Amino acid sequence: MFEKILIANRGEIALRIQRACREMGIKTVAVHSEADTEAKYVKLSDESVCIGPAPSDQSYLNIPAIISAAEVTDSEAIHPGYGFLAENADFAERVEKSGFVFIGPRPETIRLMGDKINAKNAMKKAGVPCVPGSDGALPESPEEVKGIIRAIGYPVIIKASSGGGGRGMRVVHTEAALSNAVIMTRNEAQVAFGNPMVYAEKFMENPRHIEFQVLVDEHRNAIYLGERDCSIQRRNQKILEEAPATGLPTRLCDKIGSRCVDACRRIGYRGVGTFEFLFEKKEFYFIEMNTRLQVEHPITEAVTGIDLVQQQIRVAAGEKLHIRQRDIVQKGHAIECRINAEDPYNLIPSAGRITQYHAPGGPGIRVDSHVYHNYVVPPHYDSLIGKVIAYGDSRDQAIARMRIALSEMVVEGIMTNIPLHLDLLYDAAFLRGGTSIHYLEQMLAQHNKQG
Amino acid sequence: MDLRKLKKLIDLVEESSITELEITEGEERVRISKSGVGTQSHVAVPPSVASAAPASATIATTEAGERSPEGHVVKSPMVGTFYRASTPGSDPFVEVGQTVKVGDTLCIIEAMKLLNEIESDKDGTIKAILIENGQPVEYGESLFVIE
Repeated sequence: MFEKILIANRGEIALRIQRACREMGIKTVAVHSEADTEAKYVKLSDESVCIGPAPSDQSYLNIPAIISAAEVTDSEAIHPGYGFLAENADFAERVEKSGFVFIGPRPETIRLMGDKINAKNAMKKAGVPCVPGSDGALPESPEEVKGIIRAIGYPVIIKASSGGGGRGMRVVHTEAALSNAVIMTRNEAQVAFGNPMVYAEKFMENPRHIEFQVLVDEHRNAIYLGERDCSIQRRNQKILEEAPATGLPTRLCDKIGSRCVDACRRIGYRGVGTFEFLFEKKEFYFIEMNTRLQVEHPITEAVTGIDLVQQQIRVAAGEKLHIRQRDIVQKGHAIECRINAEDPYNLIPSAGRITQYHAPGGPGIRVDSHVYHNYVVPPHYDSLIGKVIAYGDSRDQAIARMRIALSEMVVEGIMTNIPLHLDLLYDAAFLRGGTSIHYLEQMLAQHNKQG
Repeated sequence: MDLRKLKKLIDLVEESSITELEITEGEERVRISKSGVGTQSHVAVPPSVASAAPASATIATTEAGERSPEGHVVKSPMVGTFYRASTPGSDPFVEVGQTVKVGDTLCIIEAMKLLNEIESDKDGTIKAILIENGQPVEYGESLFVIE
């Protein structure tokens, strides 16, 4: 087992990784920008290294600084968390070449799944059903593109091959809008990801976002840990997630889970990962795979009883997976609310000092947050300040507990989206369950109209 | 909170094995934390309190003999290992008392097997060298004081 792990991230996930390490007796090194010097996990770490000024590209995305920090602290492994460099194959490669263990998949795997076109092809070969689409990159010729899109049928969504996570995509409803949409998506892709390749998929009208968690060791043992419903999204960003997903046919879920596990073995996957699907009219359609730990991992931990971060570390240290597929049972129901520092309805970010902070508690409540009373939320990073997870024997109980928890929670000095979560938790359609990925935006549009 | 009480608290922390002490008295709050080098105390008083204490005062006390010298501080622009000379066994680039110009090499910071020469950004005399040879440094860490 590792003696020392460097945590190459910040915020709530850095604290989460630190907790897993501390429980396992592993020393932690916290790298941080100048803006995060007062972070809770920095103060709790065994060693900390300031790696740069506040801007991410000079700190959390600064590969030489991070590897250098690992060198001077004699770390053995680097945990990339999520976001930042977590799915950067070059980083993973340089970490390994520098003699450290990268806690995640092999660089080649990250590269494969990071290219969304190649990822789809790999999944098709593994028998995982995919969203019908262009079957490859869109060609240069607008006439050819028109033909391909006609064959798929409008509406379609144009996606950047190097994109993902909700970025670099555009919906097209009519042929008149097609050519422009393709050009703009290509340009954005070139600027944001350095690769102008785009592909097209059938745009699903009312799908749910259902994803499957996998865990794979270096000895070809692979399991899936149930599924999550992450349909509550705005601007392609999740804000509330649930496990398990309600109302899904169990046998079909098991079949998809098994296919995902097979795909993992085929591509030589290692570590934790998530297969994302759109679910519509009783069918699953693969969209992309995330080769990292996800923000919403706590809800899977709640219903399966498995500590995913610890398992991630064990697998990276070469340990054999002791959990068998038959050991995985999803028990009860868990909901996670992402607490963001933003105006709940117009979504403008709200950085600044938290002048009053009081976290909720009680049975079935877990709070994963790095903030504390008087903490200053810096403006340089994303707005996630914490996650509240409510667990219950049933979905109704999880919802009831979450309502109580959010009513107890105090965060003053900045705005948060707690009011939006409470709106959701009392919303009739949400309570019925099974709302599509467009539901929250429809709800927000309604609210803003009435407001 | 009057200064005598504050001094007593500082002494208390310094003499004991307490590393951090926070006391709230009405509207006033004091936090005193002990770092490796000395004791720092921070007094925060809300502006609405019209008592004798200043609106906000930061008192930094360091133990005798470890006062940080005044002058221009050269800080590390990167994470790495600090070396005084270009190779082990060579003479150091600079010594205390030496005159330097802008652009003169002061030290090497080694990061990922690359040796980076750190240059002076001020003309003057080296007043203090704050890091020992072979010690790791982080971004923004103080390296030299130039007067």
